[in-house]
Amino acid sequence: MKVGIVYAGVGGQGVLTASSIVGKAALLSGLNVVMSEVHGMAQRGGIVVTEMKIGREVKSPLLGSGEADIVVGFEPVEVYRILHKAHPGSYVVVNTEPIIPTTVSIQGERYPEVKEILEKMKDLKVISLEATELARQAGGAIATNMVMLGALAKIPAFPIKKETLIEALKSTINPRYHEINLKAFELGYNASSL
Amino acid sequence: MKYENILLDESGRREFLLGNEAIVRGAIEAGVDFASTYPGTPSSEIGNVLFYIAKKAGMYFEFSTNEKVALEVSAAAAASGLRSMVFFKHVGLNVAADAFMSTAYVGTNGGFVIISADDPSMHSSQNEQDNRYYALISGMPMVEPSDAQEMKDFLKEAFEISERHKLPVLFRTTTRVNHVRGIVEYGEIKRKNREGYFKKNPSKYVILPSSARRMHRELLEKLKKVEEEVNSSPLNRIEGESSEIGVITSGVAYNYIHDAVKELGLKVKILKLGFTHPFPRKLVKDFIEGVKKVIIVEELEPYLEKETRLVAQINGIDVDIYGKLNGYFPRVYEYNPDVVKEALEKILDIKIERNAYFSAPIELPSRPPVLCPGCPHRATYYAAMMALKQLKIKDAIITTDIGCYTLGIQKPYEMADYLLCMGSSIGTAVGFSKATKQKVIGFVGDSTFFHASIPGLIDAYHNRANVVYVVLDNRTTAMTGHQPHPGLPVNGMGEKSPYVDIEKLVRGIGIDFVKTVDPYNVKETIKVFKEAIQHEGIAVIISQRECALLWDARRRKQGEWWIYQINQDKCTQCSLCSDWLACAAIFKRTDKDGKVRIYINDALCDGCGVCASICPFNAIEKKVIK
Repeated sequence: MKVGIVYAGVGGQGVLTASSIVGKAALLSGLNVVMSEVHGMAQRGGIVVTEMKIGREVKSPLLGSGEADIVVGFEPVEVYRILHKAHPGSYVVVNTEPIIPTTVSIQGERYPEVKEILEKMKDLKVISLEATELARQAGGAIATNMVMLGALAKIPAFPIKKETLIEALKSTINPRYHEINLKAFELGYNASSL
Repeated sequence: MKYENILLDESGRREFLLGNEAIVRGAIEAGVDFASTYPGTPSSEIGNVLFYIAKKAGMYFEFSTNEKVALEVSAAAAASGLRSMVFFKHVGLNVAADAFMSTAYVGTNGGFVIISADDPSMHSSQNEQDNRYYALISGMPMVEPSDAQEMKDFLKEAFEISERHKLPVLFRTTTRVNHVRGIVEYGEIKRKNREGYFKKNPSKYVILPSSARRMHRELLEKLKKVEEEVNSSPLNRIEGESSEIGVITSGVAYNYIHDAVKELGLKVKILKLGFTHPFPRKLVKDFIEGVKKVIIVEELEPYLEKETRLVAQINGIDVDIYGKLNGYFPRVYEYNPDVVKEALEKILDIKIERNAYFSAPIELPSRPPVLCPGCPHRATYYAAMMALKQLKIKDAIITTDIGCYTLGIQKPYEMADYLLCMGSSIGTAVGFSKATKQKVIGFVGDSTFFHASIPGLIDAYHNRANVVYVVLDNRTTAMTGHQPHPGLPVNGMGEKSPYVDIEKLVRGIGIDFVKTVDPYNVKETIKVFKEAIQHEGIAVIISQRECALLWDARRRKQGEWWIYQINQDKCTQCSLCSDWLACAAIFKRTDKDGKVRIYINDALCDGCGVCASICPFNAIEKKVIK
């Protein structure tokens, strides 16, 4: 068994936290896992990508083209940017709420219609959801990453049990925010079309 | 992971650790007594973890003023018999190079490991120099780990090597080892009860020319001894069997070739080197004699490759070597599985099927890293930009420095014209002010100010430079993850400590024009900028406001949160907030009615209120979140 997962979004959306929870859950499940993350200047508003391999003999912390069995896209444009890592059988979770970069207003660049992006991915196994809106319902947009994890947990190719993922989540997140985050997780799980 | 878990005395425990966290675990297991650093990505988290646990671990740890100081501090501790380590990013070793070169001559008493975190692909650096060459230039033994587990295990081994040979050891890591998480199995913790004591011996520790001449010879003799063990070191190992193809590799590159070989079912043997200086010539000779083709897989400079070619030449071994020097692998940027597969296709004349999804091209907007919403630097740059506009100065030269605030280069601020390295903002400002008649404004962060700007500022004062120098004092070393610095009342052990007042320090030099402003007070900041720009001579502005991320975290913890939203009935779309303040949380959108409106992203807004304070129509309103 070998599963490649790539997580892409915008700094501030909790991409690192979410992917670390999955890594921890893999450890709890007795699976081998390697994950590469980005650190550096400007923690919010820039592109954030983490790559993960789960499997017995894997060592490479980066995924080659076509090696991502699952893409977790926290933002529509950022998921599209990373799609070359996917293969024709990949699952793609997409949060449909855009975060429009400043280059659109300052440099006149164009943010495409979300419909257009989804249309171009339709031959993949796409699970699209309004993750940020669901997080707001759970108690705050900051829990968007947990909605995404909930949707991820439902994917058949994802090798970790939902309960284990929740256990890892609880051991990572400040108990003060457990209620909101767990609610967001469940909303994401139930919103998945799978 | 809770940082305290790194201290658990549970051999066999498994944790999902970042490479940098694994280094700290290695230090704990090795019984390290003493550590110092200046933060620099990709090494920064080592210090963040030590900041939390050093006291509990019974060791000394400090954030030093810069890398040179850090190296000197640890070198002295090692000379006093303590196991010591110093760590920084690759360019930090440039700063420390003077001291570094001498430590090889002087040697060490307690184990001394110098960790360099290189940054191929320059994820957060100004260059991608390969610091393995520092081992050659200094004559230090060098160890290169490949993953989180090896970060821990090899660090312990590096201390053993250092103590066996009384030499400091260069421990060379790269971004994709420092910033990779993997499962790490704990080993036993070596108990330590050492107290440093320095046995005086000037002929051994004072590098006068007369002693240094002897020391250089002694260093080469020590290296010969190291060479005897490097060929049989457990850090260098052979995997697999083949009489056709041999791969020589080190560092993170090993992981890519390992996975490719497994995936493609290739029959190759791999010489995985972890102890790479002095080069294991005998081991490599035996290895390449047994195969027909040798493939060298290493990032950046062709160090292993040149040494291997040397071994082949000296021993008259006729073998085909494939690497960078004959164009099979790139010499720039980090490797990844695709780079390694492409090279294998060329070398082995095979076709590797890629199953990549072809995504039809859509024009996507770029999303460069930007100053965070609420960042006080944005407010400072906005004020500087407005002051220059109001004074109708168009050709001011802006020197900048290393920090988040380098992003002031972006539109609309364009507050960066020249940058070399840490602290260069002031030396280059002096140069521009002497070479031209243009107005010169330099920007430097608070941590960088202490690190390398003070000698430059003295130079500016002494040589009567006409410069506005702005210290962007956000009360932390922000870019590397919020480490304290000498301007803050806390030290590396987490203890209360005396701090340096920047304004007093600047006045102490003799500079008269020194003003401290709060950049969130935009009006006042613009006024002070105009005064400073019109001042003849050196003028220093200290723009002081805590990093927004720290402020946010504190408010989140206390459950206090508010944001700002645009009242669409009042907004005239004048675009001052979206196009000139250009906050990352503010965006323009064409609504369904075809009208363009400006909005604030509620998930990104941090409630700083600077946009509301500059809005000419009072259209931006505070909203408290319960």
